[in-house]
Amino acid sequence: MTTDDRPSDRRPVRTPSIVACPDGPILVRGDVTLVDDSGRAIPRRRSTVALCRCGASAIKPYCDGTHKAIGFTAP
Amino acid sequence: MKLPSPRGPLSRAVTEVLSSPVGGEVGDLAPLTRRALEHSVDLLADDDVQLTLYVMYELFYRGFEGVDDDWEWSPDLLAARRLIELALEQHLSDRVAVPEGVAPARAAVAEALFALTAPTPGPSVARYVAKRATLEQVRELLVQRSVYQLKEADPHTWAIPRLVGRPKAALVEIQADEYGGGDPERMHCELFARTMRGAALDAEYGAYIEQIPAVTLAGVNVMSLFGLHRRWRGATAGHLAAFEMTSSLPNRLYGDGFRRHGFGQDTTEYFDEHVEADAVHEQIAGRDLAGALVQQEPELLHDVLFGAATCLYLDEVVGEHLLSAWGAGVSSLRTA
Ligand code: FES
Ligand SMILES: [Fe+2]
Ligand SMILES: [Fe+2]
Repeated sequence: MTTDDRPSDRRPVRTPSIVACPDGPILVRGDVTLVDDSGRAIPRRRSTVALCRCGASAIKPYCDGTHKAIGFTAP
Repeated sequence: MKLPSPRGPLSRAVTEVLSSPVGGEVGDLAPLTRRALEHSVDLLADDDVQLTLYVMYELFYRGFEGVDDDWEWSPDLLAARRLIELALEQHLSDRVAVPEGVAPARAAVAEALFALTAPTPGPSVARYVAKRATLEQVRELLVQRSVYQLKEADPHTWAIPRLVGRPKAALVEIQADEYGGGDPERMHCELFARTMRGAALDAEYGAYIEQIPAVTLAGVNVMSLFGLHRRWRGATAGHLAAFEMTSSLPNRLYGDGFRRHGFGQDTTEYFDEHVEADAVHEQIAGRDLAGALVQQEPELLHDVLFGAATCLYLDEVVGEHLLSAWGAGVSSLRTA
């Protein structure tokens, strides 16, 4: 174990995968760096994240469940 | 934690047994248990019965100061516990409406669970907390929630060794996140403890047990009932799915309530974390845990839906208790 293996270093090691949930967010797993428009890394606090697909989340780019309240249906 | 004070004849007998060393004469608890159950008007609101069950289950989590750990598997206690569990199962199956006509397939189950848990307008504890709750009431909410949230995720974790394949991996994925991805500071129970301390409350496990009413204990007892029995693994999966599916939006509102009272991010972090985390967990729990479990073991369909519906039912019972107390301007806690 190296010093980089601290628990707080949440860099995922799993093979990347992207799942579009029916009428919901996009689940992202694995070693993927999320960046904003200007290329800055977006803080990622968990190994599996849900990206908002409905546009209505208050914590974009992440999903906060609002898609259910607005009756979002995925294209 | 300390052994709670009894709330009636049954919890008196059981706490007396637990205060003695294992190996002594227990006496037959069954007749006393039967009598308590027969006299019970509303099992979920019965302080004596729910506290007894809570104490019996707590032996399987962290135990009690000065209580012999060997009581955990005492056949006498387990026999009495079984009687209470049967009554509780009956009470719930008489009252909890389980959706019908759901196909035993992954997508159909997930869809049914999302439909069952769909956000509804109207009064709710979360809306009340966001807009109206006093400082005293938001602190009271934390006390009520502390019975579960200081051991958050533990009851569902019991199901991990009872599952295989995809549902098992899904449960591990959710629980790992509940346990902070292995970071002790990020464990959800620890985030909750920080929220309690932020609100100047005692975050010690079991500190408020004397003030916790029966309905709140019942909510946690049902999770332990499902979690500790392999035959209820379907209900555990369904319960967790419903719990996660009814979390993100309410937690936003709980956070708003605390922000309205001037609490900072260190105190609201628990709620903020759940807005984001449970939007992930609900997707995994609906499809890869509950849905995939039914796909794998179709005979668990009813249990999965029953577990989910039971979660919602208890949430409603506890919610009504809180809102009716607060509406009447009184505390929702027990005054011992
Ligand atoms: S997809 Fe969930 S809030 Fe947008
Ligand atoms: Fe959590
Ligand atoms: Fe969660």
